Amino acid sequence: MPHRYFFWFILPALAAMVLFIALPIFSVAIQSLFVEHEQVMKEVENCGPFKCETVLQVDNETTARLQEEAPLGRFNGLGTYTNRAHLAFEEVGQIWAKTETWEDFVAGVYNLPLYKALFFTLSYTIVVTPLVLILGLFIALGVNRLPPITKGPTIFASLLPMIVTPLIGSLILFWMVDADGILGATLQVLFQDGDLSLKASAPLTWIMLFVYGVWHNTPFAFVVFYAGLQAVPHETLEAARIDGASRWQQVRYVVVPFMMPLVIFITLMQLMDGLRVFEPIVGFSASAKATSLSWIIFNDLFGDSKLYGSAAATSVITITAVCILLTPVLIRTWRDFHRKST
Amino acid sequence: MGKFRIFGAVAALSLTVGMAHADCGISSGNISVLANDFPALHAVVSTAESCAGDGITFNKNHTAKHNEISVAALSADPAEYTSKIVANSSIVPLLNKDLIRPLDDLVAKHGQSLKPNQLIRIDGKVMAVAFMANAQHLFVRQDILDQIGMPAPTTWEEVLSTAKAIREAGIMEYPFAALFKSDWNLGEEFVNMYVGHGGKFFEPGTAKPAINNETGTATLNMLKALTEYTNPDFLTYNTSTVAPLWESGEIAIAQLWGSTGGQLLDDEGSTPEVVAATVPLAAPTVAGGNTPASTLWWDGFTIAKNISDEDAEATFIAMVHGISDDMVRANNDSAVWLMDAYVPGKAAEGVAATAAAGAEPYPMLPFMGLMHQALFQELPDFLQGNETAEQALADIEAAYVTAATEQGFLK
Repeated sequence: MPHRYFFWFILPALAAMVLFIALPIFSVAIQSLFVEHEQVMKEVENCGPFKCETVLQVDNETTARLQEEAPLGRFNGLGTYTNRAHLAFEEVGQIWAKTETWEDFVAGVYNLPLYKALFFTLSYTIVVTPLVLILGLFIALGVNRLPPITKGPTIFASLLPMIVTPLIGSLILFWMVDADGILGATLQVLFQDGDLSLKASAPLTWIMLFVYGVWHNTPFAFVVFYAGLQAVPHETLEAARIDGASRWQQVRYVVVPFMMPLVIFITLMQLMDGLRVFEPIVGFSASAKATSLSWIIFNDLFGDSKLYGSAAATSVITITAVCILLTPVLIRTWRDFHRKST
Repeated sequence: MGKFRIFGAVAALSLTVGMAHADCGISSGNISVLANDFPALHAVVSTAESCAGDGITFNKNHTAKHNEISVAALSADPAEYTSKIVANSSIVPLLNKDLIRPLDDLVAKHGQSLKPNQLIRIDGKVMAVAFMANAQHLFVRQDILDQIGMPAPTTWEEVLSTAKAIREAGIMEYPFAALFKSDWNLGEEFVNMYVGHGGKFFEPGTAKPAINNETGTATLNMLKALTEYTNPDFLTYNTSTVAPLWESGEIAIAQLWGSTGGQLLDDEGSTPEVVAATVPLAAPTVAGGNTPASTLWWDGFTIAKNISDEDAEATFIAMVHGISDDMVRANNDSAVWLMDAYVPGKAAEGVAATAAAGAEPYPMLPFMGLMHQALFQELPDFLQGNETAEQALADIEAAYVTAATEQGFLK
């Protein structure tokens, strides 16, 4: 295809990407460099149904004037990135100076909101991604061997976790693992511990979130692998069988290598999905035990006073983290591409 | 029972239909109301809606997420809503951004029915008209107290000893519950307990935090002691979790919102035994203090700034009609109303007793929201036993200072 045609072909998609992805990211990056104006305050007397008191109130006229002069707010450079709510360079330095063992240092850093969230987010991504790949592959292999008449219903049922809205899915599970719920009560009987509660302990909450992540994401891997299995060449499989390869060896040496591009594709998607984990934390009311980068952004924009600069900075940090995690996979894909084209 | 309920619903419906053409004395204008989503506010807004018709358009939006959209919706010119129903905390962002108008002229012209204590004055100007009060207070199960032979607790220390006695009598393992969910709810529990200890959140006349002190430590230790008698899931407990637990008879002492009282004391969702034994009490005092460890709240209506004077006047008249004596008489038990026609029922006893005992109003400060947020972000670590009270208080102050600096309240 001549380059000119290619350009016209891709132009609508490119324009949409610039408009709906690049520009918003650019605007968020700009926003993250600014903070609110200094609030000019004055003492006023407030009276309510209960009593009167003298309190501080924002001086609207002066603040409105400041706002008009510089609508973006005060320029803060990278100040928001380095404050306690984000990378906390100063606090980390102090903890380093104060602590003597690595253990204390890690505990101190883990007490800072962004690092705590980063730790859970990365753990979630690292645990969930391989499990989703393996389970998805095994389900696909299993469904592929089913007699045709049961295939349709099985595929439909296996897809359900992905079809259910994440928030609804996590709420359903949340009530099922309640001490009075079917899963929670069963676990109490199984472990003969009447106080066992998945919601009360941090490690169990993490495991619950990981299990939810695997449950929700496996159908995606399954569908992709199942589609890939239909295209595995029968001749190669037959040749392997004639050579006496066991079923496991067929999977290991024929099916998996053939589906390697799909594995990379799913890994990429799962890394991106894992890093923006959010709904289960809200659905499971788990924010006391586990926070993620997306949850921090949500929390900044949720309260009475919205911290736009802070939320923007966390967003940029999240995007950077996604880029770093994706780099090895992208480098590999790039190399493969070059090897094939030469 | 079911028949009566249907009959009641039909009667209420025909009443609404009958009122649909109430003559409020408005000839034209647009009225649209943004409000939280609970029965008392439905009653107010629906009554105001009966003014609609003949050149008056009326819109309403009841949503629990009202605070998320209020600033954006009222910043538009013309504003998306002509009236926002607020409480002492949610009026603050609107004041900070100068989005609501002074009501003195309208009160003088159309507000003869309002009582002076309903007018929320800020810097001498009426900015909101309050119509109901709310506060967290204690609910106890009298039958269980009788079983262990102890009087109703009046201090938080007594709550602890009563809970201990109930546990030791083998009646309940976790007899206590409060709204400890690690979101806004948990922050409110700290605020209540800290105020009960006589604590001040900020250095006078500044936005500098002042909670990292002995009062703060005492507050945290009391909260921690209470969680010992609360189900280990306590960090997921909000009103919609605790109210059903109470109704199913699994809790003997709980600190809940007064507005939940109606639900606990009605004949739905529980057994007659539990309902009959449910007693609302004033919020307890703590550490030898005189005032209850609870904050008082009001709900009231405001009128947007960025609308025409005509719409503002129409909205004001309709809202005054919404909080009229007729509305109060029809919905007497839905809330603790501030209007004269209100006859306090059993569900209101707790809030009334808490207010009478001199509880403080929730601080109406521009930076209180940031403090509240810092509280619930940093408290779970302490309540789960991961860090000391001193570390938790230092973390709260550090988180608050970071946010308040970004927001321009601190340098």
